[in-house]
Order: sequence, then C-alpha cells, then structure tokens
Amino acid sequence: MLKISNLHVSVGDKPILKGLTLDVPAGEVHAIMGPNGAGKSTLGYALSGRPGYEATEGSVDWNGENLLDLDPAARAARGVFLSFQYPIEIPGVPALTFVRTALNAQRRARGEDEVTAPVFLKMVKAASANLKMDFDMLKRPLNVGFSGGEKKRMEILQMALLEPSLLILDETDSGLDIDALRIVSEGVNALRSPDRAMLVITHYQRLLDYIKPDRVHVLAAGRIVASGGPELALQLEAEGYDKYLPQAA
Amino acid sequence: MSAWPQLDLTDVATFPSRRVEAWKYSDLRRYLKAPPQPSPSAALTGPGPFCDLGGEAIVFVNGVAVGVDAFVASGEQALRLRFVSDAVETGHSTGVRVSARAGAKLLLLESHEGHGSAYVAHNRLTLDVAAGAEVTRIVLVEEPEDAISVTEAQVKVAPGGRYRQTIVATGGSLQRLETQVAHGGQGADVRLDGLYALTGDRQTDMTSVVDHLAADGQTSQLTKGVVRDTARGVFQGKIVVERGADGTDARMGHHALILGERAEIDAKPELIIYADDVQCAHGNTVGNLDESALFYMQQRGIPLDEARALLTQAFLIEVVDRIEHEDAREVVRSWLTERL
Repeated sequence: MLKISNLHVSVGDKPILKGLTLDVPAGEVHAIMGPNGAGKSTLGYALSGRPGYEATEGSVDWNGENLLDLDPAARAARGVFLSFQYPIEIPGVPALTFVRTALNAQRRARGEDEVTAPVFLKMVKAASANLKMDFDMLKRPLNVGFSGGEKKRMEILQMALLEPSLLILDETDSGLDIDALRIVSEGVNALRSPDRAMLVITHYQRLLDYIKPDRVHVLAAGRIVASGGPELALQLEAEGYDKYLPQAA
Repeated sequence: MSAWPQLDLTDVATFPSRRVEAWKYSDLRRYLKAPPQPSPSAALTGPGPFCDLGGEAIVFVNGVAVGVDAFVASGEQALRLRFVSDAVETGHSTGVRVSARAGAKLLLLESHEGHGSAYVAHNRLTLDVAAGAEVTRIVLVEEPEDAISVTEAQVKVAPGGRYRQTIVATGGSLQRLETQVAHGGQGADVRLDGLYALTGDRQTDMTSVVDHLAADGQTSQLTKGVVRDTARGVFQGKIVVERGADGTDARMGHHALILGERAEIDAKPELIIYADDVQCAHGNTVGNLDESALFYMQQRGIPLDEARALLTQAFLIEVVDRIEHEDAREVVRSWLTERL
C-alpha cells in the first residue's frame, strides 16, 4: 500500500506541498480533489519523480520502500504509473516501439524475461480492441497528431499493458467528450483489482460518476484538509471549494 | 564555390584558411601547415559497408585506383565507390568521374573507409546526371578521429534529371564534405540530405551549393546532426536561384542537437534569389532533447540513458527514412544505429 507521510515538495524555491499525509490501501480508489493551484499535479509528479519537484521533507512508502530514493524509471518498474493530464508527443518513436521498450525495460529491472515481439503483438491487439482503438494508429509516432481522446486512450492502453500497481490519474477527464470519457473510464475500471491502488486527481466531480472512488480527499494549499466517502465529492460539486480556502490559509 | 583555386595537396598556397568565406568554419590551413608526404601504396582491407548490395565497384586505396576509375551507367545499375585510406601521417588525392545516361537509374553507394591515423585524403567526384536519368548517391563516411579529409562532389543535373543524395558522417579531425549542384531545372528534382553524429573532438563540415540555372526545378534539403562532448558540426547550405529560374521550389532544413556542454554547431543557411516567381524556404534549429519527453519515457520505465538514445535516434532517423531504395536504406539504418 501507499503511505505518504508529512510530504513537503518544492518547485524551484516555491513550497507547493506542505505536509501532505495520505494512506491508500491496495484495492482502493482514492480521489484527490481541490481548487486550481492546490498542488494536485505536483503530487502526481512528486510521486513519480519528475526532476525539479524536490521533496524537502517527509516520505512516500510504497510496499516497504521509500519511493523518494528511486529514480523515475525505477519507480515505474515497481508499479508506479502516472497518467499525464497532457500526454507528451514523442516524434519518431512509433507507439508500439515505445510501449514494448517500456515494458521490457521494466521487466529487465525486475529481473524478468523480456516479452518477445509476437507475444507483445498479441497482447497489444487484444488490449487495443478492448479500447476500440485502431491498431494502425499504434504504428504512428506516439501521440503525434493524436486527438485529446486518442492520447488518453493511449494512456489507458499503456496501463493495460504495463499493469502498474499504483495508478495516478492526473485530470484524466480534461479534454474528453462524453463518449471518450466513458471509454476511458471503462478502461480504468477494468483495471480495478485487489492488488492495485489508484489515485484519481480531478478538479471536477464529473469523472467520479464514472470512476467511483472509495475515499475522497480535499487538497488545498498543499495539504489534505478534509477526507470522506464518495458523498464528499457531491458536496464539493454543490458548494465549491471556498470553505476550504480560509481553513487552509 | 568561389574564385579560390582548386585544392592541391602538394601546394600549400591552395589550402584555404578561414579567411576564405566558404571555409570559415573549416580552417584547413590551421590543420595542415605543409603538404603531407605522399601516402605509400597499401593493400585493400575489408569488403566495405555496402558489400551485400552487389553491383559494380570502383575502389581507390590511398588514392590509387585498384581497377577502373570512371563509370558510365545505362539502364538500372548499382555502383559501389570506395575511397579507402590506410595511411599514417601521409596524404593522397584522387578524382573519379561517373555519369548516368538518359534513362539510366544508378544507385551510387559511396564509402569512405579510413584506417591508420592522421592521414590527409582529398577526393573529387564529378557526376553527370543526364535528362531522364536518376542517380541516388549514398555516402557513408567513417574515418579516424585525427584524419583530415576533403571530399568535393561536382554534380551536374541536366534538365529533367533526378538526383538524390544522402551523406552520413561520424567526423574526423577536419572533415569537409562538399557538394556543388548545377541544377538544370525543367522538372529536374534534387534531394540533398545529410546526417552527422559526432563524439569526442570530432568535426564534420557539410557544405553544399545548389545553383538553379533554369526554370521549374525542385530542391529539397534536410540535414540533421547530433554533437556530443567537444565535437563540432558545421552546416553551410546555399541555394542560388538564377535570373529566369522561375517556378523554382527549394526547401532547406538543418536541425541539430547539442548534447555536450562544450559541443558546437555552426550553421549558415543561405538563399540567394534573383528570380521573381519562386517558392523558397529554410529552417534551422539547434536545441537539446525535450526534457518533458525524457521524463515521460522514464515514467514508463525506460532508463534515462536509453530514453536519450531512443530520442536521439528518432531525431536522426528521419533523414534515413527519406532514402527511397529499401535495401540501401536498411544498410544505412543499421550502420548508423551501430554508431550511435
């Protein structure tokens, strides 16, 4: 399970997270909601190890290891997956090559055998069919010229193939129309399992209609200021974040 | 390229210095203060990088032709042109003439294979592409890091001819790869590509001049490079559109990655246009690998070094992908991949 204790993170000289504490047990889906600028994306980047997001205090325990001691690729090999709000375009690297390189790098890091090309192709064909993705699209450079919905589907496809145990979804609903949102959410829901923890970062309650959380936390001014069940999300949708702002200040 | 006399390795007065505009980034006189002793004869070593593609061969070892030293293509043919250097601190020169008759389709596979050290090589190629002929010239250059070499190609593309060129180089102490194209227009179509990947203290200079002499000619030029350590890449591309060469369509791009804090790129793209109705464009960028792409790749489990290598290769491979001849393209692809 994930145990974040008193996490302080700075970007440059600016403190963003200021003592964030949060437990996510395996098998649970936790939503992180909060106003703009609260530090939601910073949390995702800090957990996945983005350069420039420096943890100055606290720890992130993941299955007995402090994630903060590991580089981003080592964290990925231990199951950490950050789904980007704006997935990056990688010109010149076909999506298939990219995912296979990632999968085999993770397997090597874990001391497992690499997946051969035919086996990999079979895996991808099945996974892309589930997401109603055009297989030919995967021969194109990763995310280059993809629509917002296609990029998010590509993220879900990578999740399905890499099988992470800690999923962090950063504003996955942004830029999606209702149909794409449904397909993406179904993809995420299909990955719910007793040995997988999920952190769903979102500004709006809308996504949580599709991906039902076990717990909802409010992140404001760099800390968790309230936690509750799914009903908390509905309350936030109705009342806004205003009441949490003075409390956090 | 200028009024500067033809380079002659036996005459120091012909060695251009940086005061000659076209040589300002490759100061030959600073590298070569006196004429080198002539290279001794040497035995041919190795089959060359294009050996699996067959065809005819012209081979020079230390400037001496092993067999014929000229070639006329008719019909569909492949010619391997090998400039082999195997010398230490000596110099050699050679010249070769290749022509493609009307209707010929020539695949010219040129390799510069350097052995030994600190040699000076001067190669001249005269290439005639007749109307209705097509020549694809692919050049792989691999030389010792202390070698000096100057390769000059004079290419004459007749009206309606097609010329495709791709030069791939890993650099030397001073390495100049110059191409001059007299472009006959009237539907003549020229593609002039280059790729350099330099490490250590290596240097390469890709210089080209395309002179559009008549109307309705096309030129497409793409050069990409990566420099590491203290390496230095030079790109000088000049496209001239002469008076009356209306309807010319010319595009030039040079894009480079600097992956070493002390590495250097010198780029000088030039368009000189004397005609009115033309389409010309050039683009030049020099940068580093995209940090957000590197993080994204690491986040998916790809270690940093592997992510860098993958992005670098992806950046360069665009040039290789433009080679139309499939077998040649794959030879270049693996040749390059082994050297990145």
